[in-house]
Amino acid sequence: MIETDIVIIGAGPTGLFTVFEAGLLKLRCHLIDSLPQPGGQCSEIYPKKPIYDIPAYPEILAGDLTDRLMEQIAPFKPGFTLGETAETIEKTEDEKFIVTTNKGTKHLAHCVAIAGGLGVFEPRKPPVENLSSFEDKGVEYIIKDPELYRDKKVVISGGGDSALDWTIYLADGVASEVSLVHRRTSFRGHLDSVQKVMDLADQGKINLITNAEVTSVNGNGVLNQVNISHKTEGNIAKEVDHWIPLFGLSPKLGPIADWGLTIEKNSILVDTFDYSTNIPGIYAIGDVNTYPGKLKLILCGFHEATLMVQSAFARIYPDKKNVLKYTTVNGVQGFEA
Amino acid sequence: MDTINITVIDRDGVEHQLEAPTDMNLNMMEVCKMSELPVEGTCGGMAMCASCHMYVESDHDLPEKSEDEEDMLDEAFFVDDDKSRLGCQIKITEELNGLKVKLAPVG
Repeated sequence: MIETDIVIIGAGPTGLFTVFEAGLLKLRCHLIDSLPQPGGQCSEIYPKKPIYDIPAYPEILAGDLTDRLMEQIAPFKPGFTLGETAETIEKTEDEKFIVTTNKGTKHLAHCVAIAGGLGVFEPRKPPVENLSSFEDKGVEYIIKDPELYRDKKVVISGGGDSALDWTIYLADGVASEVSLVHRRTSFRGHLDSVQKVMDLADQGKINLITNAEVTSVNGNGVLNQVNISHKTEGNIAKEVDHWIPLFGLSPKLGPIADWGLTIEKNSILVDTFDYSTNIPGIYAIGDVNTYPGKLKLILCGFHEATLMVQSAFARIYPDKKNVLKYTTVNGVQGFEA
Repeated sequence: MDTINITVIDRDGVEHQLEAPTDMNLNMMEVCKMSELPVEGTCGGMAMCASCHMYVESDHDLPEKSEDEEDMLDEAFFVDDDKSRLGCQIKITEELNGLKVKLAPVG
């Protein structure tokens, strides 16, 4: 069991900065994020986009902002559980919380700060009837283990880098047959990947089916056929072992929606005094919360994190008085390990 | 003209008559959100999420789609090549007076 003072759910800019403000109060933090890297939307959706409303940065790339925050919080030695989704929460007898991820990692903390932004990034699922009944029975939205596809017939859908990269990978002696289905004739993604896929198609090593979409799936318990509807050639029925639709990720509030928190318009309602939720000890900061006048801005998330850790300190040390100390006077005293 | 009239058909088929100012640098995603229509606008308007996918039903001449918009529509569902646009990429200008759009289903 991982033990800390504050477990932070979401390692986006707000979650990361919380580590700094908590560290100034000598509180330790551990971050959980469903993505494999810190930065949240900034690193997942728009790392190369400039942000212009971070004070004192006339312009900073979202990816660089993440890097700077990581540098800023490094003295406070935060822990990370990445690539795992916070799934359940339970209260212990001594008023602490245990947050468990989908992979079973447990985190014990005095306080929980939900900095979950837009939620958990989940694969976009195409609107195909009965699709959910074939999930993990031939339909996979993420490739976890390429060996699953050895000597199998595979159809991949999508036009981006992951669709191109996996087509190239699986066509190289892994799957027995690879078909790439894409709605347009042009592909986005790296030019050399596009070229490689075109070459593989020319050499007859893959079936490239453009101007087409998979519109239905069939099988008896496990997937054995997809129907591809082509713009001009009509329906193509294809015998397959696997269909891998790769249409990117989109955020969903996810499991925290079931934690008994007051939710308003898909966001967690908080008290602006300390960004506490209706459950004492659980806070919500950044884009995931709502209150009268809420603005979903990174800089507002920083402010919310700063006020929130004051309240967390009072909860963890009810008998201690806390005096605001300026970093210009005291510097930053990190943790030893 | 300071405002234009826009019709938005929601996912239940209900028509909403909206007025949108032309001098606030707005786009259709923002206009829908301001009117509390169910458009998420997850990425904030960067053509990076397709949550503001809509069909243009009137015959207005809209500016061509950017590469970013085309790419994002690739990842969207229920795409109609002739009508599909991302609302965040439709800038509100005088020329769009009388625009009629329909919100695309959410996947």
